[in-house]
Amino acid sequence: MITWPNFVSQLFNGLATGALLALISSGLTIIYGTLGVLNLAHGAMFMLGGYAGYVAFQATGSFVVAVIAGALFLVVVGAALERVVIRRFYDRPPEDQILLTFGIGIVMVELVRFGFGSLSVSVPPPAWAAGVTPMGFLIYPTYRIVVLGIAAVALGTLYIVLYRTRLGLMVRAGIEDSGMVGMLGINVYRVFMMVFGIGAMAAGFAGIVNAPVVSLTPDIGDSILVQTFVVVVIGGVGSFPGAILGGLISGEILSLTSMVDPAYSQVMLFVVMTLVLLLRPQGLLGQRGRA
Amino acid sequence: MPRGRPLLLEVLTALGLVLVPFVLPYVGFAPGTVNQILVWGLFGIGFDILFGYTGLLSFGQSAFFGTGGFVAAYLLTNNLMTSVLLALVIGTLGAMLAGVLVGMIALRRTGIYFAMITVAIAETFFFVENSPLSALTGGENGLPGVPTPHFVLGGFSYQVQNGWSMYGFLAACYFIGMVVALRIMRSPVGAVLIAIRDNPLRARAVGHAVGAYKLAAFVIAAAYAGFAGGLLGVLQGFMPPDAFTFATSGQLVMQTAIGGMGTLYGPLLGAVVWLYLRDFLQEVVGLGSTWKLVLGLVFVLLVCFLRRGIIGGLQDLAARLTAKPHPPAPEESAPIAEVAPPLASLGPSPRHAHAQEPGAIVLEARGITKAYGGIVANRDINVSVTAGELRGVIGPNGAGKSTFFKMLTCEVPPTSGRILFEGRDITGYDVSRVCQLGLTKSYQVNQLFPRLTLRHNIMIAALAERRGRFRLDLLRRAERVPGLALQTEQTLALIGLTARADVPVAELAYGEKRRLEIGLALASSPRLLLLDEPLAGMSPRERRETVQLLKNIRRGRTLVVVEHDMDAVFELAERITVLHEGTVLAEGTPAEIQRSSLVQEAYLGGVAAE
Repeated sequence: MITWPNFVSQLFNGLATGALLALISSGLTIIYGTLGVLNLAHGAMFMLGGYAGYVAFQATGSFVVAVIAGALFLVVVGAALERVVIRRFYDRPPEDQILLTFGIGIVMVELVRFGFGSLSVSVPPPAWAAGVTPMGFLIYPTYRIVVLGIAAVALGTLYIVLYRTRLGLMVRAGIEDSGMVGMLGINVYRVFMMVFGIGAMAAGFAGIVNAPVVSLTPDIGDSILVQTFVVVVIGGVGSFPGAILGGLISGEILSLTSMVDPAYSQVMLFVVMTLVLLLRPQGLLGQRGRA
Repeated sequence: MPRGRPLLLEVLTALGLVLVPFVLPYVGFAPGTVNQILVWGLFGIGFDILFGYTGLLSFGQSAFFGTGGFVAAYLLTNNLMTSVLLALVIGTLGAMLAGVLVGMIALRRTGIYFAMITVAIAETFFFVENSPLSALTGGENGLPGVPTPHFVLGGFSYQVQNGWSMYGFLAACYFIGMVVALRIMRSPVGAVLIAIRDNPLRARAVGHAVGAYKLAAFVIAAAYAGFAGGLLGVLQGFMPPDAFTFATSGQLVMQTAIGGMGTLYGPLLGAVVWLYLRDFLQEVVGLGSTWKLVLGLVFVLLVCFLRRGIIGGLQDLAARLTAKPHPPAPEESAPIAEVAPPLASLGPSPRHAHAQEPGAIVLEARGITKAYGGIVANRDINVSVTAGELRGVIGPNGAGKSTFFKMLTCEVPPTSGRILFEGRDITGYDVSRVCQLGLTKSYQVNQLFPRLTLRHNIMIAALAERRGRFRLDLLRRAERVPGLALQTEQTLALIGLTARADVPVAELAYGEKRRLEIGLALASSPRLLLLDEPLAGMSPRERRETVQLLKNIRRGRTLVVVEHDMDAVFELAERITVLHEGTVLAEGTPAEIQRSSLVQEAYLGGVAAE
């Protein structure tokens, strides 16, 4: 039954899902844009962020600590991976990079399965965000509003880092032409390591923020990875604004379709992606000639 | 292309498949495992053609595996047909149809985009199978009750049973699949696919319809996947829905990488390693579900250190042990004969059908302009070239020579203006079509097929002329294309590299590569050949050789040469066009150009004034 309150609440759901997807996809897209590497371990990093937060929550009982731990853990994992493995693959064909990150993703998933088992674990929402909030003619789970807020703040922070800082300038220049940036005397490798760390952090942060909404399993990242691809294809690979637009569109498609028939929500997402590919192959905000 | 004696691989494959039931049980393989290996191996043959040979990494093969499997299983379990073989064939056709549709979308993009799109589309198939179509496919339960094949032959009837009986059936299927794959890779299509992996840009420029060949490879891979999917249902007596999952595609990619991509046998070997390790680690070592962690680590290490997989690693090892050095690169490349070898009759070829009338206009640029955003690279250029002419195009750096050339071969479309070749308006044509009409160019920066031998390189270009833009002669041997061998040899002789024909391009000296670059353009028998700085980066001796080569190849052809080497241009060209700041500054005989005050002022002027 489609009613106004139902419609509005699904609209909000879509916004919250979309903002999270936008955040994860921004990570994927700045890694690709700067390093030229498609990170197939991105879904696993999302999952890893959730589990790192879960461990921190078990130890301290604090949700805020859990979120910080999830994000920081992935910065470290991302930067370390770039430094130790990914860096050796910049000169190899893109297919090798894809195989490598795919393999790393599997190792991450299986490590978590080894440590925590296949059964789901959950992180409860913080006490101040539990329950529901009355919003005029509908009541809405408070935590979802919090998710929306957190994701918006995170995206805003990412925007400031990318567009208002020296690092961001180097990253954006690297997206345009990484060879040139190197020639200008910037230590490209350090930038690359930071970018991979930040990109991984975006996934990990989203992973722990999402944990109170959907309980954690080692395989939770698989479907997220696929949705992230759809977001990036819709928005345009390598475009930060594209990731945000693509994320919000995808989130709304998922929620509004599931209001009509949940069975079709994923299918509809891919239908829209196909339409974008046919009508505007470079993505909504992507530039022609890239990738 | 798999090399070696004809039919050797086929015989070895048959022998191996016959011996398996007598050997493998003694090293701990259950027949069920062996049968699964065959299904995965067959699935992988198609994927290897797509990824290993054509260079297209798809993470969406599960879509076709599942489609073929569920179509066949649906037909059989609903008693719509009783012949298992017929159901398998229809399932395969269904997967191929899906392959055409998906390929047309996914192949719009290359590289990482292609990988991402295939992932997304395969997931769509999974969701469609799981929910909207669950009434037909059983949703999460799959389709139970798939029968085993039953053969009747002249009163004798045989029902395939599980175990080694099933092995016989699957082994026969695998053998046929492998024989067909070997034929495909030895066919002209196989040669073109490998060329596309090595350098899609050049494959297109020598006249192959790259997009159509990629789609062909995609559909071939879908066919193998669909057939293997059907066999999975037959083998298990049940069609599982997880055939459609991302994990299935991932397992296929990993098995192929472990066994060795670009070998056809790699996926089979990869499946042996994968399934054996799974059983071994789970049951013997007692790791339980941790076996996948071990395999994941093995896979990462392999990608890092043994890129070409187990078979590739063994090949490299064998090559090192039986190292037979190629003839070393000569200090100086072989000289070019003063007199070009005669061009013998090459048999009927569309390109020789009408010779150019001397004096007729071959190429005409009518007011072509190219603007990149606000920057105008070429403005209103009018140039016409007559048959048999050797035209030089000169101009200072940034004069717009390269853009001009790219527009002539239709690599970039002009913003305005028309291009006519032999009276036909070719503006907006695909590069491969322009080449098929008889107009091609050699590149300023070498565009070769680096992993192939010199002879193979020339053959790729000659194939385009012999067979046209696109042809699905999948079962013909490439060497049997009429006139191909002769044309290849003649081109090799013309560029003076016959002695080096079997050396991989990566091992050639720079001067030799430059000559091959011209040879690739020549091998497609163009009537009009554009040469973009053929002398760039050459030693004085190589320059003399190449100038001689140009003199040789101009017989019967019209040539347009962009070159910075003024001595060479003034020696070779009959007429010279001077480009300056994107427009034609002057045109005339070398003597006229040398006298032209305009040219001296704008181009040579800086030197004269000092």
